[in-house]
Amino acid sequence: MVTTEDYGQYETAWCPGCGNFSVLEAVKRALAASQLKPHKVLFVSGIGQAAKAPHYLNANVFNGLHGRSLPVATGVKLANPGLTVIVESGDGCNYGEGGNHFLAAIRRNIDVTLLVHNNQVYGLTKGQASPTTAEGFITKAQPEGATSAPFNPIAVAVAMQAGFVARAFSGMIDDLSDRIQQAIAHRGFSLIDVLQPCVSFNKVNTFAWYQERCYPLPREHDPTDWQTAMKVAFEWGDRIPTGMVYRNDRPSFEERLGRGPLVEQDIDRTAMRKIMEGYG
Amino acid sequence: MKNDKDNKTRHIMNILIGGEAGQGLVTVGQILAKSLVRSGYSIVVTQDYQSRIRGGHNTFAIRVGVDEVIAPREEVDLLVALDPGTVKLHKEEMSSEGLIIADDAFGLAEEATLKIPSQQLASDQYANTAALGAVVAVLGLDKQVVARTVEDYFGKAHREIAEENKKVLEESVRWTAGHSVAFKKLPSIARPPQRLMMNGNEAIALGAITAGAKFYSFYPMTPATSVGLTLAGWAQEMGLVVEQAEDEIAAINMALGASFAGAPSMVGTSGGGFALMVEGVSLAAMTETPMVIVVAQRPGPATGLPTRTEQADLEFVLHAGHGEFPRAIFSPGTVEECFYLTRKAFDLAEKFQGPIFVLTDEFLADSYRAVRPFELEGLSPVRPCSLQGLTFSNPYGRYAITDTGISPRLLPGLTENLIVADSDEHTEDGHLTENLVVRRRMVDKRLKKGRGILAEVVPPETHGEEKPDLLLLCWGSSKGAVVEAASMMRSRGRGIATLYFPQVWPLVPEHFIVHLQEAKEVVCVEGNATGQLARLIRRETGFHIGNLVLRYDGLPITPDFVLGELKQ
Repeated sequence: MVTTEDYGQYETAWCPGCGNFSVLEAVKRALAASQLKPHKVLFVSGIGQAAKAPHYLNANVFNGLHGRSLPVATGVKLANPGLTVIVESGDGCNYGEGGNHFLAAIRRNIDVTLLVHNNQVYGLTKGQASPTTAEGFITKAQPEGATSAPFNPIAVAVAMQAGFVARAFSGMIDDLSDRIQQAIAHRGFSLIDVLQPCVSFNKVNTFAWYQERCYPLPREHDPTDWQTAMKVAFEWGDRIPTGMVYRNDRPSFEERLGRGPLVEQDIDRTAMRKIMEGYG
Repeated sequence: MKNDKDNKTRHIMNILIGGEAGQGLVTVGQILAKSLVRSGYSIVVTQDYQSRIRGGHNTFAIRVGVDEVIAPREEVDLLVALDPGTVKLHKEEMSSEGLIIADDAFGLAEEATLKIPSQQLASDQYANTAALGAVVAVLGLDKQVVARTVEDYFGKAHREIAEENKKVLEESVRWTAGHSVAFKKLPSIARPPQRLMMNGNEAIALGAITAGAKFYSFYPMTPATSVGLTLAGWAQEMGLVVEQAEDEIAAINMALGASFAGAPSMVGTSGGGFALMVEGVSLAAMTETPMVIVVAQRPGPATGLPTRTEQADLEFVLHAGHGEFPRAIFSPGTVEECFYLTRKAFDLAEKFQGPIFVLTDEFLADSYRAVRPFELEGLSPVRPCSLQGLTFSNPYGRYAITDTGISPRLLPGLTENLIVADSDEHTEDGHLTENLVVRRRMVDKRLKKGRGILAEVVPPETHGEEKPDLLLLCWGSSKGAVVEAASMMRSRGRGIATLYFPQVWPLVPEHFIVHLQEAKEVVCVEGNATGQLARLIRRETGFHIGNLVLRYDGLPITPDFVLGELKQ
């Protein structure tokens, strides 16, 4: 019986009140509920406050470069499909520096769960605009207000028919934990865009701001209906829907490739000899 | 075929096939080269092509000989022109007893021209095969060997095309045999030894799978692409994963993930793509993840000359990656060395847990050679799981401090131990730290692995006499040209030696400094504009090499080029 205690309890380097704490707790609950042993789980993260999260639980961890978590996770999953691979990093890491990898991971439909801690600002580097920052948001780097339109990860993922697209709010921890558990169980790429406050650098999108706006998608929402999902994906402002926006059953990349764990595969010497002799 | 002037043969010659892209030049070149190898000859192929799919002017040169051929050369003995432009561009390069084979329809007046009536012999689409038939007849090759090569080339899937080609070939050989041609053939070899025809990139791919490679990711970039294409062709039967990544940054990070999870991994690219991979090189070093990186050089800066050759990225590869960490750079000079040094790269990457390089260039990547089949039985693959089965206490010290700097590497998911890797400075159990005492210990630990790498350096090779009048230095693909230039000078009575570096980093001065000191004159021959190896040797030994022979026009170094430059 795996419990949240198996995933440990560690001191963190986060600000008090940070949304990351709830995400960390939800992750532990989801892993325990999924009955996954820590050594069968591998977290990949990049750089940012969110990317530190895997250090605060018991599991395998590859904390790599800023923006490059998804390629590392892809390589891990292809080499050992037996591992549950979860990417945990922020909006800057996944939608900014790693934007190209985000698109490629959706196209591959690699069986990786992507948890984006989306606080609409850069925390680690102290408050510059992120790809999801609202237009007009004032920072030291954008003193006249952010001029670029914010990136809409849900709309992009739904448009590309990603296997599993969900939005959650760190203040709705049970819902978030359920969603993570579903994403882990989903065979294929899953995105959970987790809205969370940054208490130090985002004084606009606060806990209360999200609390007022976030509402769970109604029961009758059919996540397999792509056109409705596209509409939901563009809902933002006074009301922000959370929950499973879209899903489908595309076969995953590893299923289509059908290789199994590379580490267990012996070298076929007969095949190798035949290959060489083909050059004669 | 009647040889009117004399019946003498020649033991070595240079064949140049020229034409536009899209004329089937490489097809004819590969079939001819393979037929020559199957007939027992040694070859060095030089491919010169423009960065376009149709038109332009491309060449496929085969230097062929009875004895081992080691370098390309400029002078042409047999020019096969698939378009009139080829004759115009190359007639000045013809040797005194050379022959030009061209289509009758080109209306060329050159004296030594065998004009083949392609329109009688074949439809337009097979004009290249009509030219091949004439070459086969002129060289006196066994028709059966060539016909079999045509069959193998087109395979069972294109049987009709193969049959049509064989018909044209037969016609053309018959037509040529009926005409009087003055051309010295190659002597036939009675019992041809078994040889493979392979280029540098194919040998890297083969070396990799014999070393146990299981994962290769890449973004297409000339001249490295064919490493990936070759491996992709074998992926299913060898249980490999070959993935075309969305960019080079993804390629190296993906390979690092695969390697971390236990698959011996490699990436391949050229200068521009490698520039994108550089942060990943540093990550391989910091997380101590084994990684083989193939860099096939082409001229830069930026896009440079995309399909030509150069040796100008030695310093780039040597210094790529922020921070300080050990690495090794192999610089194979032959197709055989591409095979063995790639294997060695996998071995070192696994043993020392970090980035190891194989530095080649366009010339070698595309250069087909006749090579002896490799003895596969005696070659052992690397074993990333050698520690599995051992138990470690938790928290497991993935980065445990040891005398050699090498820590025991377990793979995630295969034991109850948890493996933690971090691009930040980290503790012995892999978690990020800002403890500055730990920082110093970890830097020392990583650098300590450099001593082990130093003990495994492949020493430079010397050829020729001791205490020579002239010592020629070289590295990588210019090996053959420099060795041949030296032997040409030696036959004219000069005391000469060569010193060739199959590994350009790290350098062990004790391996070679005495040769530099004992030579009256030292010249470094390199395919770049500034003498990068010469500068590196000075940095590491204090020995200043003032005389440089440098080529940076995009073409490979040849013996004639070296001799010409030395005269000046």
